[in-house]
Amino acid sequence: MAQTEKTGKLLEVKDLRVSFFTPAGEVKAVGGISYELDYGEVMGIVGESGSGKSQEAYAIMGLLQSPGKVIGGSITLEGEDVLAKSKAEMIAMRGSKVAMIFQNPMTCLNPVYTIGNQLIEALRAHDKSVSKEEAAKRAMSMLEMVGINNVQKRMKQYPHELSGGMRQRVMIAMGLICHPQLLIADEPTTALDVTIQAQILELMKDLQKKTHMGIIFITHNLGVVAEICDKVSVMYAGKIVEQGLVDDIFYHPAHPYTEGLLRSMPRVDAESYERLIPIEGTPVDMLNPPEGCPFAPRCEHAMKICLHKMPPYVEVGDRHRSACWLRVEEQVQQEKAAPEAQAGEKEADERG
Amino acid sequence: MAEKNDILVQVDHLTKYFGVKGVKGPGVQAVEDVSLFIRRGETLGLVGESGCGKTTLGRTILRLHEPTSGTITYDGQVIYQREYPFEARTEQVKGADGAMHEETLLVKKQVPKEKAADMLPYRRKMQIIFQDPSASLDPRMTVGEIIGEALDIHKLCASKKERSDRIKELLAMVGLNTEHANRYPHEFSGGQQQRVGIARALAVKPEFIVCDEPISALDVSIQSQVVNMLEDMQQDLGLTYLFIAHDLSVVRHISSRIGVMYLGTLVELAESYELNRNPIHPYTKTLLSAVPVPDPEVSRSRQRIVLEGDIPSPMNPPKGCRFHTRCPYATDKCKEAVPQFKEHAPGHWAACHLLG
Repeated sequence: MAQTEKTGKLLEVKDLRVSFFTPAGEVKAVGGISYELDYGEVMGIVGESGSGKSQEAYAIMGLLQSPGKVIGGSITLEGEDVLAKSKAEMIAMRGSKVAMIFQNPMTCLNPVYTIGNQLIEALRAHDKSVSKEEAAKRAMSMLEMVGINNVQKRMKQYPHELSGGMRQRVMIAMGLICHPQLLIADEPTTALDVTIQAQILELMKDLQKKTHMGIIFITHNLGVVAEICDKVSVMYAGKIVEQGLVDDIFYHPAHPYTEGLLRSMPRVDAESYERLIPIEGTPVDMLNPPEGCPFAPRCEHAMKICLHKMPPYVEVGDRHRSACWLRVEEQVQQEKAAPEAQAGEKEADERG
Repeated sequence: MAEKNDILVQVDHLTKYFGVKGVKGPGVQAVEDVSLFIRRGETLGLVGESGCGKTTLGRTILRLHEPTSGTITYDGQVIYQREYPFEARTEQVKGADGAMHEETLLVKKQVPKEKAADMLPYRRKMQIIFQDPSASLDPRMTVGEIIGEALDIHKLCASKKERSDRIKELLAMVGLNTEHANRYPHEFSGGQQQRVGIARALAVKPEFIVCDEPISALDVSIQSQVVNMLEDMQQDLGLTYLFIAHDLSVVRHISSRIGVMYLGTLVELAESYELNRNPIHPYTKTLLSAVPVPDPEVSRSRQRIVLEGDIPSPMNPPKGCRFHTRCPYATDKCKEAVPQFKEHAPGHWAACHLLG
């Protein structure tokens, strides 16, 4: 991992659209999202099931399953257009430049091959010049790096012989063995118990510091986001409704959905009993999404305009933007107030 | 202990083993010597990691699993009682290296037949809400039939009219429309299915409900809706809950007292705020420190205790204190003797040698 630390833009996603063409109609799983990720940055993507957070990641990896298709937008990784790549180029890219780890490690590891076999295969698939002995050595050092002891024995074991936390460590080792620049982690700790989740989060933080890779961390758990992420994108019904640095999102949420999510969660460190304030209603039916802002039917602040027009993004702070008509209105009022304030100052100057 | 008539459910030395084919001895020791009581109208939370036996304990209290031994008392009536049917015996065992060595094994012994009550009348009083709402509703029955079945079994409705009125009333109670009675489970979202599951449990007007991870399968924004509804029901109907979940923050929110389980044993039990402020068992401390807090500053400044290793198998649990293999403070005594579950402060129980 002794590469020079790269800085600057690693990944840029612009107006990405993913649709599923089902017999019942088109499902716009991802409806035009944009974000940037720098080297060494950890971005969390938060959303409920069906919000399109995983499909967006599959699009980057080129792993969308039929009938899913990217129908618009662009994905640029280290200056290269991912969507223009051929099948062979995608295969070369996956694993070596971008790696992905999944929610359920048992379904992602091959049950009939040993851990060692699978790690060596992952390495040699991208670099045939590595000898088997050399590959085995690197696989073992990788396993040590993810905190697995007794590596000689583990290399010869099959996935079913390992515990859930251990399997997830192997998945991470496999993902990182070719030194990717970008790691996409799709709910990597959801299937694990809290004490094991804590282990894996510590491990990922540690590895991120060592390797300086960019991480996209997909989860629905805001606690995990607070723990590991530098910035956050909040998704609802295929759209990013709010985006910002982790502190801004948690302390100054600028979208009613984010506010609602934060309010509805009980906290383990709460001092006294407080009744939860849930977000009313049910998640969007993606086959018949509402017109306008997708959150409007559940939003307590919904106005007329919310019901028929999608709000534009409003910059509410440094790298902090929100798609909500409330923020648009505030901005308009500020702009209105600004000239008056200036005029007021002038008057005061003249009088003074 | 609280006053006798204040206690609705009491469990003493409850043990549940699942026999395994081809394995000598007790098999999977899912619940080991658990004693607790639940007061009328309170919510007792039960937390622990997967495989710690919390679900098995909940189901065994309802006798959905027949216990191996122990006593279950409901509202003063003993509904199950049986002596512990195993004894420890030291035997010569051939080790992996071929040499003989001594090992203590649990061997079956003869005990008097269990004393067990007919459960049907108790089923009316004790109900359960399951974790996975789609798996616990029959896909070939309409929601009306699902809720009505409970009414039919206990013969609670004299006429058809009364039955359909009651179904409508129950649906309204859990926030569904009355016309939903004619729909099938697959037509509902996860949150709505869970509401059907709750309506079914409430149909027989129970006093005690085991909520077995009722919100784990639901979306974040729906979870708080269901939690609030369960709280309202408790207020309105005077229900008593045993609330089982792995999410400590939710359990702490809804429960008046919390029990923490590890590998089949109850390691600590206390008032919910006391447990959070002053956990005394090492496992509870780690569990609390491992829960992610949705607050970046808190999680940056927090000291976290990270446990090494994984949970041992309940087929072959460690001797002595079951937590000693992962406990950072374990001593030799912990490896030998099983710690007593004792009251260390009023209402604050724990099983740990370090506490004396």
